[in-house]
Amino acid sequence: MTGAQALVKSLKLQKVEHIFGYAGATICPIMDVLSAMPEMGYTLVRTEQNAGHMASGYARISGKVGVCLVTSGPGATNLITGIATAYMDSIPIVAITGQVPSHLLGRDIFQEVDITGAVAPFIKHSYLVKDANDLPRVVAEAFHIAATGRPGPVLIDIPVDVQTQEIKKFSCPDEVSIRGYKPSIRGNDLQIKRVVQAIARSRQPLICAGGGVWLAHAQKELLELAERCHIPVVKTMMGISVLPTDHPLNLGMIGAHGNHCANKALAKSDLLIMVGTRAADRALVNPTDIQQRMATIHIDVDPAEIGKNMTAAIPLVGDVKVILQQLLEKDVPVTDSDAWLAQLRDYRKAELSRVFPKREGYVFPGTVLRHLGRKLADDAVVCVDVGQNQIFTCKHLPQKHGRLLTSGGLGTMGYALPAAVGAKVAAPDRQTLVVCGDGSFQMSMNELAAVQQAGMDVKIVLMRNNTLGMVHEIQKKAPYHGPYGVSLDGSPAFDTIAAAYGIPSITVNDEDTLDTQLDRFLSTPGCCLLICEVHPDMSTTD
Amino acid sequence: MKQTISVLVENQAGVLNRITGLFSRRAFNIESLAVGPTDDPTISRITIIVDSGNNMVDQVEKQLNKLVDVIKVRTLEENNLIGRELMILKVNATNKTRQDIMTICSIYGAKVDDISPSSMTLELSDTPERLDTFQTMMRPFSILEVVRTGVIAVQKGSGKI
Repeated sequence: MTGAQALVKSLKLQKVEHIFGYAGATICPIMDVLSAMPEMGYTLVRTEQNAGHMASGYARISGKVGVCLVTSGPGATNLITGIATAYMDSIPIVAITGQVPSHLLGRDIFQEVDITGAVAPFIKHSYLVKDANDLPRVVAEAFHIAATGRPGPVLIDIPVDVQTQEIKKFSCPDEVSIRGYKPSIRGNDLQIKRVVQAIARSRQPLICAGGGVWLAHAQKELLELAERCHIPVVKTMMGISVLPTDHPLNLGMIGAHGNHCANKALAKSDLLIMVGTRAADRALVNPTDIQQRMATIHIDVDPAEIGKNMTAAIPLVGDVKVILQQLLEKDVPVTDSDAWLAQLRDYRKAELSRVFPKREGYVFPGTVLRHLGRKLADDAVVCVDVGQNQIFTCKHLPQKHGRLLTSGGLGTMGYALPAAVGAKVAAPDRQTLVVCGDGSFQMSMNELAAVQQAGMDVKIVLMRNNTLGMVHEIQKKAPYHGPYGVSLDGSPAFDTIAAAYGIPSITVNDEDTLDTQLDRFLSTPGCCLLICEVHPDMSTTD
Repeated sequence: MKQTISVLVENQAGVLNRITGLFSRRAFNIESLAVGPTDDPTISRITIIVDSGNNMVDQVEKQLNKLVDVIKVRTLEENNLIGRELMILKVNATNKTRQDIMTICSIYGAKVDDISPSSMTLELSDTPERLDTFQTMMRPFSILEVVRTGVIAVQKGSGKI
């Protein structure tokens, strides 16, 4: 058995069913093994960065570890942004890179790059495999590390000669045991008691749910805690689809770009229960102020997040799902929050019925998203890019019981389309959409080829305003002197681009026909592009 | 405030790179770092001195703990540790000054490792503060070269990491 065969066998032991990759000389032995394995799915990306994003979309929808496979040198460096994006959002992926022959390492030969060194700052762990006999153990460890504790990307760099090396015996440990890696699972019982007491005392409690709730598969427990104790819920961008929009306890997204009512609730709360969130700057603009004004509970699987951005009064480290179960077992009390909830409900109502601006010849993104959301399947997956389109979608797209995927931490433009491809591979029967701007779309529209190659039904909503809208919005405010370097003049006619890929498109610039156009768009078989004409001055604060 | 962090790590290639990289990207300042094997050949011990507040040391400890290659991390109590550093110092020495240098060496317990017609190479192992004063005493003779290892430290008593 060769190293390449041992690698693929190890991947199958991890129940890997699909690989996102880009072929190259230093992974040819692995590709050769895959070629004889039709049951292993394979997607050819059009640039390696998107292999990371596809693996991320796949991981987030399947709940499994996403796998990508690229060649050495530029293949590996192109993948870096994909890895960093997954790291910032704690998405479990295993990235496999080819490497030049091990006896030539360090000589700067063709397509050689020190990828384990390059990704060190933003990867959970990495391996440079120098003996094929280590591969079964390394793969088992990599998947264990990627998926457990605080999930994240892990890289395995494999020199091409290690892929062809004959191994003595395929031996894989039944159980992974790494002495330096023991993630906490159960919350400390004493702290659990303190949390129950704090909830009992509170009149204006508030739960802030982050991406950690999704990662721990703890949506049900979170909802149960909120409903049982009558605690309203705000979400960070990563936690956004944890509750449906019309749930009476849902107050929307907090933060600099969040919903007004969510921020109002945060300002007036007397107890903030943060669940699976790192209290990042975009969500909690002033954590010092919050910790002074109210009691705080911080539940997270990563001990390093406790006290990094904010010092919570009651820290609770462990698996979010397990901790919430521990709390529910303790008979957490119903809080006396009726007055608080009534007040918040009014804020929320005002927010949801807010009247959006109208402009002749254009559509307002919030209006499009409001209409679109109502028409989507209950479990639809919406992948949204970065920029104004992201803020509009997070604020205004009505959520049901589906998912909203976005690059929240790193803010990587071009994430949405490849993430949607990965999501569609994971769940071919779920309605899958992309929302992007004309800036972000141009960063990854080459993946339309991957969509078409697989004949995927992915619907793409393109907000076209011919500018990098978010930066445009920032530059219009002091201390800047106005938009510069953000005009997207020179962009192609997107309908022609779509047509070149054999994809139909619909353009909408009139809110009166919006409903019929959206119906046409959603009922078009296969991939379809909806181009929404948006005025460059339309702002996310409108 | 100076703090001494003792770290047990897997004795593998690339581990030191991960640790120093972590310090630079989290904007933690390393004052000194010493690494060497332990009694278990698969484990190395790194002693790191940082100059910082308590909050930062707490975060350094947590971030170090997140590295898969890190087995244990402990901040040693400053007033309850044995910390030593080794210095090798080469100084100008002529027939006129050699005796004076020897006198200072015997006060500090420094050893003479090498001697030439124009220089002496001295070795001293002690606390960093004592090394500093020894270095100051040698300066008038004109120091040619100084090499220091950085502090290694253990907690006093029978306790271990």
